[in-house]
Amino acid sequence: MARVTQIMPADAPGGLPEKAARLVYWLFGAFTRVFSIVLLLAAWEILARSGTFTHFQLPAFSEVVERIGSDAWSGDLWINTALTLYRALTAFAICAVFGVIIGMAMSRSAIANWFFDPIISVGFPMPKIAFLPVVILWLGVYDVSKITIIVIDAIFPVIAATVIAIQGVERELIWSARNMGANNRELLTQIVLPAASPQIMTGLQVALPLSLIVAVVAEMLMGGYGLGGAMMTASRFANSTGVFAGIVEIAVVGYCLVKVMALIRRRLLIWHQESNEPTTA
Amino acid sequence: MKQVVRYLPLLLLAIAWELAARFELVSTTALPPLSDVIRAWIDLLKDGDLVSNGLSSLYRAFAGLGLAILVGATLGIVMAWWKPANVLLSPLVEMFYPLPKSALIPVTVIWLGYGDGSKILLIFLGCMLPVTIGAFNGARSSEQALVWSARSMGANRLRMLWDVVVPSAMPEMLNGVRTALALSFILLVSSELIVAQKGFGYLIGSLGANGSYDAMYAVVLTVAFLGFAADRIYLVITKRTLAWRE
Repeated sequence: MARVTQIMPADAPGGLPEKAARLVYWLFGAFTRVFSIVLLLAAWEILARSGTFTHFQLPAFSEVVERIGSDAWSGDLWINTALTLYRALTAFAICAVFGVIIGMAMSRSAIANWFFDPIISVGFPMPKIAFLPVVILWLGVYDVSKITIIVIDAIFPVIAATVIAIQGVERELIWSARNMGANNRELLTQIVLPAASPQIMTGLQVALPLSLIVAVVAEMLMGGYGLGGAMMTASRFANSTGVFAGIVEIAVVGYCLVKVMALIRRRLLIWHQESNEPTTA
Repeated sequence: MKQVVRYLPLLLLAIAWELAARFELVSTTALPPLSDVIRAWIDLLKDGDLVSNGLSSLYRAFAGLGLAILVGATLGIVMAWWKPANVLLSPLVEMFYPLPKSALIPVTVIWLGYGDGSKILLIFLGCMLPVTIGAFNGARSSEQALVWSARSMGANRLRMLWDVVVPSAMPEMLNGVRTALALSFILLVSSELIVAQKGFGYLIGSLGANGSYDAMYAVVLTVAFLGFAADRIYLVITKRTLAWRE
């Protein structure tokens, strides 16, 4: 994805002072980035107003914005967003902590590896969302079951990434640390984890959007508050403006989460040579 | 033998499940014994419920995924090959890629109703971008030396695209397809759980609503197994396809 985002306009025009050239360069870049999005939104508005589709099929973009505005004014938007984020991020935090711990255990102890390896290799490619009704059966329809299903779905990439990352740590690093008298704990916290962190971050970057996807599905199925729940309610009342507003809201939240994650990665891994953009951003 | 030792933990879990349910350590409504689940599975198979719902689910998944691969790969390669397409499309790709695809479920229903169409559209939309990004990155990183030598041997642009760029985009694109495959199952099941009149998700929902939990478990496990099997089969196929790289 890193390379998708790099739209390099032609070289800055010569002759201009450097600052002006940079400004032109930046403006051009910003313009190309926004241009097609504006085009898309304009096409949406025009299509909706032209009457090619019924209002139910495609409400105008301006109406959707209005609806989001009124949701924000009444406070529903913030409650729903906060609830969805709370569920997704709590589950994500659980995945991050336990995923890394299980991954570390697997690469350190043969027994943990023996036990978890088949579970991971079978469980990773499974559509675990199918277990949603089972989780509802066990834990009901409130936050606990929503968070549980998100954890079930999003922990696998973290574990898998941690195991692969630790396997990939250079032997020389470990040997030299040992040689200099590092004990097991020091080895783990000062050598292995930092060296493995880029790939662990990649695993987390897969897990974060996944937790949002599952959070939305869980809310849609179980109802109640939350962005997914609000969308489902709107859809039940055939309120398509509400449905489209939901999509825009969820899209914005998803975009921000991914961007923040990429930013955190760049901050945390600033020492690492890779410090270019990650693949999922 | 090695395989048996390797998968022993799964067997142990299955036995633990059976024992926990048999000795009623947990409520049998919440966790029916595995043997009951297997019996329910055989019944479902005999009824034909499992097969008919399964076929309609698989049709949706593969129709959506097929379209996504076709359109997604073309888009990715065009974006890598032709700059204006990249300038125009990459902001959109960047904007839509992080969108949690499950948010599209109600919209596809608004557009195409409760039947196959809305699921196929959802899977198509959800699975397209991973393929696009894979193809794009693959095509972009095709070795310049290969492109130059093809050109010096007199290949025209189109031939070069087909003979050099597409094959070198293949490995990364196939990786994207693997992501898409997993996503297609997730989207399929979740959309069928939420709104459908047939398919695996519908079957799970209706069995659960009837309280026949052993049958519900049977379908859940079937779906999970199919997702796993699809991934393994895909890996075997890609290994074959990419054998020329070794």
